[in-house]
Amino acid sequence: MVGFKGVYQTKFGELWDKSLTDLILEAGEGAIKNAKIDRKKIDLVLVANMLGGALEGQNHLGALAGEILGLRNVPAFLVEAACASGGVAINQAATAIKAGAAKNVLVVGAEKMTDKNNGEVASALMGAASEDERLAGLTFVGLYALMARVYFDRFKASKDDLAYVAIKNHKHASLNPKAQYPFAVDLETVLKSSCVASPLHLFDCSPITDGAAGVVISGEADGKNKIVLAASQIATDYVNLTKRESLVELKATRLVSRKAYEEARVKPEEIDLAEVHDCFSIAEIMAVEDLGFCKKGEGFKRIKAGDFDLGGRLPVNLSGGLKACGHPVGATGVKQVVEIVTQLRGEAEKRQVKKAKIGLTHNVGGSGATAIVNILKKL
Amino acid sequence: MILPKKFTKVGIIGFGGYVPSLRIKVGEIADAYGKSGEQVVESLGVKQKAVAGRDEDTVSLAVAASQTALQRAKIKPENLGAVLVGSESHPYAVKPTGSIVAEILGVGNEYLTVDLEFACKAGTSAMILIAGLIEAGLIEAGLAIGADVAQSRPGDALEYTAGAGAGAMILGSKKFPWLAQLNFVSSISSDTPDFWRREGEQYPNHAGRFTAGPAYFRHVLGSTQSFLDKTKTKINDYNHVVLHMPNAKFPQRAAVKLGVTKEQLNLGFLVPEIGNPYSAASLLGLVNVLEQGKKQEEILVTSYGSGAGSDSLSLTLLKNSKKNKLDLERQLKEVEYINYSQYLKIGRAI
Repeated sequence: MVGFKGVYQTKFGELWDKSLTDLILEAGEGAIKNAKIDRKKIDLVLVANMLGGALEGQNHLGALAGEILGLRNVPAFLVEAACASGGVAINQAATAIKAGAAKNVLVVGAEKMTDKNNGEVASALMGAASEDERLAGLTFVGLYALMARVYFDRFKASKDDLAYVAIKNHKHASLNPKAQYPFAVDLETVLKSSCVASPLHLFDCSPITDGAAGVVISGEADGKNKIVLAASQIATDYVNLTKRESLVELKATRLVSRKAYEEARVKPEEIDLAEVHDCFSIAEIMAVEDLGFCKKGEGFKRIKAGDFDLGGRLPVNLSGGLKACGHPVGATGVKQVVEIVTQLRGEAEKRQVKKAKIGLTHNVGGSGATAIVNILKKL
Repeated sequence: MILPKKFTKVGIIGFGGYVPSLRIKVGEIADAYGKSGEQVVESLGVKQKAVAGRDEDTVSLAVAASQTALQRAKIKPENLGAVLVGSESHPYAVKPTGSIVAEILGVGNEYLTVDLEFACKAGTSAMILIAGLIEAGLIEAGLAIGADVAQSRPGDALEYTAGAGAGAMILGSKKFPWLAQLNFVSSISSDTPDFWRREGEQYPNHAGRFTAGPAYFRHVLGSTQSFLDKTKTKINDYNHVVLHMPNAKFPQRAAVKLGVTKEQLNLGFLVPEIGNPYSAASLLGLVNVLEQGKKQEEILVTSYGSGAGSDSLSLTLLKNSKKNKLDLERQLKEVEYINYSQYLKIGRAI
């Protein structure tokens, strides 16, 4: 049994007065305080981060986190799986507990991105892509734009269909004070936004964000709400997009979700809410399909119909998602878990899903080379 | 700490502005990058910017503005005891702009000059330094210039607004007839990395939205409020308020926060027509107010320089404007439009 004792998320945004170290400290302390655990009982620290070395010149984040959080001499190390670093760190914490190697694990996902210019950040992020893609001058928005083009062709969708992802996620973010963009946007604003990589426009893209999130995971589900990790599965696929069997799905997501449903012994229709990896609007459309929330090719219609809105049949990205809550890449997978735990505890205030018992997080690295699904249950 | 000392011996005795006649429309630049010109104009509030001609540079712009100022002052160039040029586009890394400008103007040799650089605010800083020299009795008159041929990397957001122009203020003692009286000055600064260009780099870098809240607004609002507190004045005591204009939206938002009305901002608000001529922006706004303002009207100027700092200073107009001598207004009307290819060629980008 792996349970969640404490969770915390910093404000996401352009946090010019906070360094990577500040963010790790705030998220770590916040999670420990929320868990009401004596920090001496923490016997493993995992830091999820992708760009600390490339952008901040700061590697060796495990020991650094141990130092600043007063957890010296505790085993501590970095977990890196591109934008899936956070989700994978949760998985590794659970694995350590299940193996008997740890009893109480602090997971901190943190990323500092806004101190560098957009070109430097885009270049650093391409470390999650393949050598061929870098040499071709591609960026991630370009890679997802290619997938969008194929999807449009196959399922007769259009640029305007993408807009409803941003509208939904901004509406949810307007209820989340920790979101980078806590405001709603209308259809006209989304459609008129400038083109980044056709057919993806500004509002189809998640932003560059500073932020951190922390979770204390334990071998026992105690506390006022017993929330457990019912499943945690990882799958990988070709890093290079051109080697994939299909460009209208992320195969790793499809495979890993089936394994996770099997481990948790739940069906997709039993999921009460989900945080999915909407790094671009097309990514959320494919994610709700690949996770089995709707049929392949139907995602954009179901999102437009409101199936995944707060109050819909399966609310998706109530935090605002990567699009509107923000995407500090190493922190995202941890933040997704924080959001689900907050919901299952009944502490999500204006964006609370009533009687939520089962939540899912879906975190992706690169253009789909790593996918992780965590399923959380309230006992 | 800068003390709230009222100047009693310094006035503006001459002023002049120069804006190159070439203009490029913001929409023309946006078109080159597949952006919506309408959206860019809407977001910046700037419809066009002034472009220095191929044979113009910071020195020539500074000289043109200074010649107008000297004509208005009706003094001999040799009366000037100091010539200070504020710019971030001094033609030489090592060799003063001030001595070239003074030589062309015929100031002679007995004067103090040193080049000033503080991003967009060195022009107002030149005014403060010269005012100090006059108040102390060391010189009788001095020329403060803010002039720039602003650089911007092709494709950078700065390209929509980085303009060109020069503003010149001749300050003098009571020996000369004043057009306006200088009252108070103040200044604030902090180490804020919002915009910079390292030695040898052709174009400046900037930190996107960081240039707003922690940079422009913190300093413009902070300096203005500190000035009002020190001088025990209120914003509505001033008929005209000139705020540095990197685009139209920043000073308009700052004005709302300070309680400055559109009417107060209007005369010095040139950015929609000329863009941001950096060190000249605040001075050109002041030139327009001095040209068109009325006797006994009060003026407040707050400049802004990235890096970062703001100067605030107040003046009282002592003479009515002469409608037949609206030199800057004439320049704003006599323009020649160029396309983006011509713009790149003039700027030696191609």
